[in-house]
Amino acid sequence: MTKSNFTRRGLMKTGAGAGAGLALPTIFTGAVWADAHSGFTNAPQGDSVTLGFNVPQSGPYADEGMDELRAFELAVEHLNGGGDGGMMQTFSSKTLEGNGIMGKKVNFVTGDTQTKSDAARASAKSMIEKDGAIMISGGSSSGVAVAVQSLCQEAGVIFMAGLTHSNDTTGKDKKANGFRHFFNAYMSAAALAPVLSKLYGDDRNAYHLTADYTWGWTQQASIQAATEALGWKTVNNVLTPLASTDFSSYIAPVLNSGADVLVLNHYGGNMVNSLTNAVQFGLREKQVNGKNFEIVVPLYSELMAKGAGQNIKGIVGSQNWDWKLGDEGTAAFVKSFGTKYGFPPSQAAHTCYAQTLLYADAVNRAGSFNPCAVGEALAGFEFDGLGNGPTLYRADDHQCFKDVLVVKGAENPEDEFHLVEIVEVTPVDQVTYAPDHEMFAGGELGACNPGA
Amino acid sequence: MLGLQAKDFRLLLIVVAMTMLAPFILNPFPVNSAMAQFNAGYPDLMQRFVIFGIFAIGFNILFGLTGYLSFGHAAFLGVGSYAGVWMLKLLTMNVVPAILLSVIVAGLFSVIVGYVSLRRSGIYFSILTLAFAQMSFALAYSVLTPLTNGETGLQLSLDDPRVLGVTQVDGTIPAPHLFGASMRASYDLVLGGWQFTFNVGYYLSAVVLVLAFYLAIRIFRSPFGLMLRAVKSNQQRMSYTGLNLKPYMLAAFVISGMYAGLAGGLMVAMDPLAGAERMQWTASGEVVLMTILGGAGTLIGPVLGAGFIKYFENIFSKINDTVLHQWFGFMPDGLEDVVVFIVHPFIGKGWHLTLGLLFMLVVIFLPGGLVQGGQKIGGLFRRKAPADDSATRKQPAE
Repeated sequence: MTKSNFTRRGLMKTGAGAGAGLALPTIFTGAVWADAHSGFTNAPQGDSVTLGFNVPQSGPYADEGMDELRAFELAVEHLNGGGDGGMMQTFSSKTLEGNGIMGKKVNFVTGDTQTKSDAARASAKSMIEKDGAIMISGGSSSGVAVAVQSLCQEAGVIFMAGLTHSNDTTGKDKKANGFRHFFNAYMSAAALAPVLSKLYGDDRNAYHLTADYTWGWTQQASIQAATEALGWKTVNNVLTPLASTDFSSYIAPVLNSGADVLVLNHYGGNMVNSLTNAVQFGLREKQVNGKNFEIVVPLYSELMAKGAGQNIKGIVGSQNWDWKLGDEGTAAFVKSFGTKYGFPPSQAAHTCYAQTLLYADAVNRAGSFNPCAVGEALAGFEFDGLGNGPTLYRADDHQCFKDVLVVKGAENPEDEFHLVEIVEVTPVDQVTYAPDHEMFAGGELGACNPGA
Repeated sequence: MLGLQAKDFRLLLIVVAMTMLAPFILNPFPVNSAMAQFNAGYPDLMQRFVIFGIFAIGFNILFGLTGYLSFGHAAFLGVGSYAGVWMLKLLTMNVVPAILLSVIVAGLFSVIVGYVSLRRSGIYFSILTLAFAQMSFALAYSVLTPLTNGETGLQLSLDDPRVLGVTQVDGTIPAPHLFGASMRASYDLVLGGWQFTFNVGYYLSAVVLVLAFYLAIRIFRSPFGLMLRAVKSNQQRMSYTGLNLKPYMLAAFVISGMYAGLAGGLMVAMDPLAGAERMQWTASGEVVLMTILGGAGTLIGPVLGAGFIKYFENIFSKINDTVLHQWFGFMPDGLEDVVVFIVHPFIGKGWHLTLGLLFMLVVIFLPGGLVQGGQKIGGLFRRKAPADDSATRKQPAE
């Protein structure tokens, strides 16, 4: 990697490190540390600030994790004034000028969540305790996101959730220090239901295969509620372990269940494998109750479409964002991401990039890194230009409300980046719900915690 | 002293010094230096060092003394963790009841598992324990979801009853504490460029480790310990002399399970969350690695092995390409890229690879583990005493 700025800094750092290591300890002269505690955890010292990006680099969501990491690196580059600035130019708030956050240069540390709550918390803790991270972001599993969010609440730093789609993240497990830009299972269901009704009619029998953790449960409950409101019947719901790689034994019973729709509440590697199994069993050519057998995948992504290949054709699902949207925010982001990495970004990358900018902007507007001040700046914040149209960060549950995309697998994709085509952009009003909706009830934000 | 021989007492003193001074030992580099990457003296990792040290000491009482390789010890740690979190949820945020219940529940569970598994020996025993552990993992992961909260992990929430404590303080969940001293409380000592963190939770775990270590020495040196060693050297001969070995074996298994439960209880006392993956077979394999890496059958080996593995997991896994470019920034561009390219597979998510290579090196060249390595180095500086040398060779590493 030819980056002269790294080389120069690296040279100085290496030299300084060697010098400092050799120098005698200058006891009790730590002037830098004089203002070390200013009322909240990891108050940034000197002229830089550290963010922690905690993503799955191994496990079933590793592909999403790698793309998130790319987006984080791009966002940091833009915040520090590198590159073409990406969505910073189209963002409706204009406080970001490429001079870092509040004039402090942005550094970052990375970690591997391994898609496991324990490992993710260990990694986040080391970022907070050792590296002095003031904000943690990332995550591609809702289980992990919920675990890390509660850790950030306890430690007193902000958690900007990456890809997490469970209702619980901003429902029963919501926290005052946690914020989510990504949409959720309820919104997916609300956006999908009218399209499903139009395509497949109102008299259907659905069979659910569901990933056995918080996201799967809420995704399944949301879809079931939305489709039953249409008049569909739910034949069965089978929970599958997140670590499964072969779903044949779960698919076989579907054939004789009398169901004519299979809903795969799976994501990432799980969905690629279960869809492939379903297609191999010939489900798509089957006729049940005089109707074509259909498969629905509520949460979709380009990365999954790529993994599933031919099998994805014509299958309907929902997305938070797609790089083919026409607005100028999307165009700016796709351009700078594509220039740097040579392919268009996934929705996971988009939400992580947006979250980083939103955090930086909130700090600038609040004039402080204090998590409580940042939280206040984010709560109820309305913005535009980050690719999703006008968006509201609702104060009641720290969930973003914006349009939702209904997509389907392209029949004749022109290349590997056009595997998904947009069917409909569901307006935000149709997916908005009350903060005390029964699927989100049971938790409370609590008070913001600034830590130390 | 304390019923110990001089040599064992010295070892205990070394462990006391190591644990009490850990914040200094583990933070040898100034905070702003490039080497600060290798500092391990932050509370979370220090806690992990001693907690997994306790886990490994317990495992070693079974594996090191009797030679029975349990491949499902993580199940006891997991069961202990769940018990601990439920105590924090229902009773009080004071960690004492949580830790006690963890030990008791893990002990009861190990009686059941041990009673069944110990009917067989050798590989069959290992497979039985492995089966039990995977079964517990599957139960915790999906079947017992109301009790374990499945994949998400059991956590505290704002509306836990906590009959002897407070449910919430101003909208936040109170921190686990020991009679008022919060486990999260830390004191930072700043000396010049150095920063040393003294954490309450760490020191609680460290004191427990010292006690656990002392107990392990007593067990190793007791007639009971001798009996277990006799099982290892020749079980059949023991049976032929008319001894019933079952009670001894079961006692060793349960003690070792209780150590694991203690580790699980301490884990949730430091960080109140229990996840099912703590019981997975990889977690059971990890403690086997720790013990073998450090030196099975030795007293201090498992503690060293635990520290070694946790250090790699937490420090090496966080080195990324950006950091590498900083280190090798002094090289010409082309050469820098080549070096980064070569080092890349061994850092970040590749830490398993580095650890695997080191594990192979240790097993091939130091079959007695890190302890043997220490002895070899010590031997270089000691005066040659041939008679003494042969004596150590006959009874390796204690």
